[in-house]
Amino acid sequence: MNEFRKDFPILNQEVNGYPLVYLDSAATSQKPVQVLEVVRKYYDLDNANVHRGVHTLGNRATDAYEGAREKIRKFINAKSTKEIIYTRGTTTSLNTVASSYGRQNVEEGDEIVITYMEHHSNLIPWQQLAKEKKAVLKYIDLEEDGTISLDTVRKTITPKTKIVAMTMASNVLGTINPVKEVAAIAHENGAVMVVDAAQAAPHMPIDVQDIDCDFLAFSGHKMCAPTGIGVLYGKQELLEKTKPIEFGGEMIDFVDLYDSTWKELPWKFEGGTPNIAGAIGLGAAIDYLTNIGMERIRQHEHELVAYALSEMEKIEGLQIYGPKDPEKRCGLITFNLDGVHPHDLATVLDMRGIAIRAGHHCAQPLMKWLKVSATARASFYLYNNKEDIDALIEGLHAAKEYFNNVFE
Amino acid sequence: MSLNNLDQLYRRVIMEHYKKPRNKGYLDENNVTVDMNNPTCGDRIHLTLKINDGIVEDAKFDGEGCSISMSSASMMTEIIKGKKVEEALELAEIFSKMMLGQEIDEETLEELGDIAALQGVSKFPARIKCATLAWKAMEKGVKHQELK
Repeated sequence: MNEFRKDFPILNQEVNGYPLVYLDSAATSQKPVQVLEVVRKYYDLDNANVHRGVHTLGNRATDAYEGAREKIRKFINAKSTKEIIYTRGTTTSLNTVASSYGRQNVEEGDEIVITYMEHHSNLIPWQQLAKEKKAVLKYIDLEEDGTISLDTVRKTITPKTKIVAMTMASNVLGTINPVKEVAAIAHENGAVMVVDAAQAAPHMPIDVQDIDCDFLAFSGHKMCAPTGIGVLYGKQELLEKTKPIEFGGEMIDFVDLYDSTWKELPWKFEGGTPNIAGAIGLGAAIDYLTNIGMERIRQHEHELVAYALSEMEKIEGLQIYGPKDPEKRCGLITFNLDGVHPHDLATVLDMRGIAIRAGHHCAQPLMKWLKVSATARASFYLYNNKEDIDALIEGLHAAKEYFNNVFE
Repeated sequence: MSLNNLDQLYRRVIMEHYKKPRNKGYLDENNVTVDMNNPTCGDRIHLTLKINDGIVEDAKFDGEGCSISMSSASMMTEIIKGKKVEEALELAEIFSKMMLGQEIDEETLEELGDIAALQGVSKFPARIKCATLAWKAMEKGVKHQELK
């Protein structure tokens, strides 16, 4: 897929005297010119507030903003655009579910079920909700290879469970979870299923009707769109029953002195002037990705991960976390190199123009489960190629050699 | 830039402290204890200080982190032992100036000893927090003691 590199001008630069090798797309992706041009064009020609003015620019802005919503609906195969709520990102989406649906439906003694591999954004909202409501927060145990077994899921979810929240693809282990099967188990027990798709939406096809999840969250910036825009999908019947949590302009129908009524879905959850350019940018990113094809992107990353895993396994003293089978993984690899702290490793690689992530990846409970305090992570996207992985492997060898020498 | 530029960061004396940290361990509970972490990267330090009559009589640390954070903790505990509390705080201030890339005079550098080797960290902005963690913990511990 080298043909797409030209769409990302940022990749065409040197960092510290080396060609940039960007392996941190799981943190945030780069943006193609096709998206940047659409955002630029919006500001150049159409900028106005949405759902207000009678004037032409206002109409153009509203059409583009609502047009992007339809693109998102199609992208995840939701039934209606009423089910697509714009947010600031995955974190806001998940917090919105916890503070609206969660707070309105979870009671003392109820259970909320999550897993050890959740990002803090799909952990803390539930932890705090459980604390507030005196509900029980339960964790689904992981298998040794960092996957989830449906047997364990069946044992953890009970008729007392009100909410099951799970990531579709782990930002640390890379594990792709069986969210469809878990949703079925949640429903058998009368619970709703919340899916964190932050690491899934950019990299693989998603069909919310097939998964049959009740809520699903993802961010634009990890999938070629600008930062500050994200999506909360919710089943219409649940969203209809849920009271909004942000009040103000944009979301009201009639406002009286002592009470107000809300706009219909999805706008009742969108208080305040939204991130219009971000939403339009996300629509352009979805156009860009679907033109290439999500299956094709998934396949490309699968090949990169398989190649990287096979090369990394050859490096002595390199520990890889998560499933060894590339079929069970999304496009990222988390690892540690014996005797080299991940921060030191990231600095050495940066000196060779290679950008990786080092730290706890906003998943401290998972770090405890892995019995490490930090790890290094290389993540791939459509614009990465085999040469990027070769540069990484070479960099890992150089880091190993460097630290062996300074330790002598 | 090549890997050789890393030598500015990973000076031999730093790696030596990382490999063989001084004052690693704990003092008993009657002493000042501080736990501090760097939430963005996961580094953590547990520092215990024995302070009597305004003098840091002993200091020990335990923790997890990269070569820069752990070697800095090792050097910090080494230099503050036997120093007056004010002197320790003054050193913390000099250290933070050094991390900001400000000029430190020859005499002060000499007084800093091994710590002067951390000067190169200022050229790696992402790593400054690593180097200052132990010093921040010490400042917090000492100030907490003063309030008592």
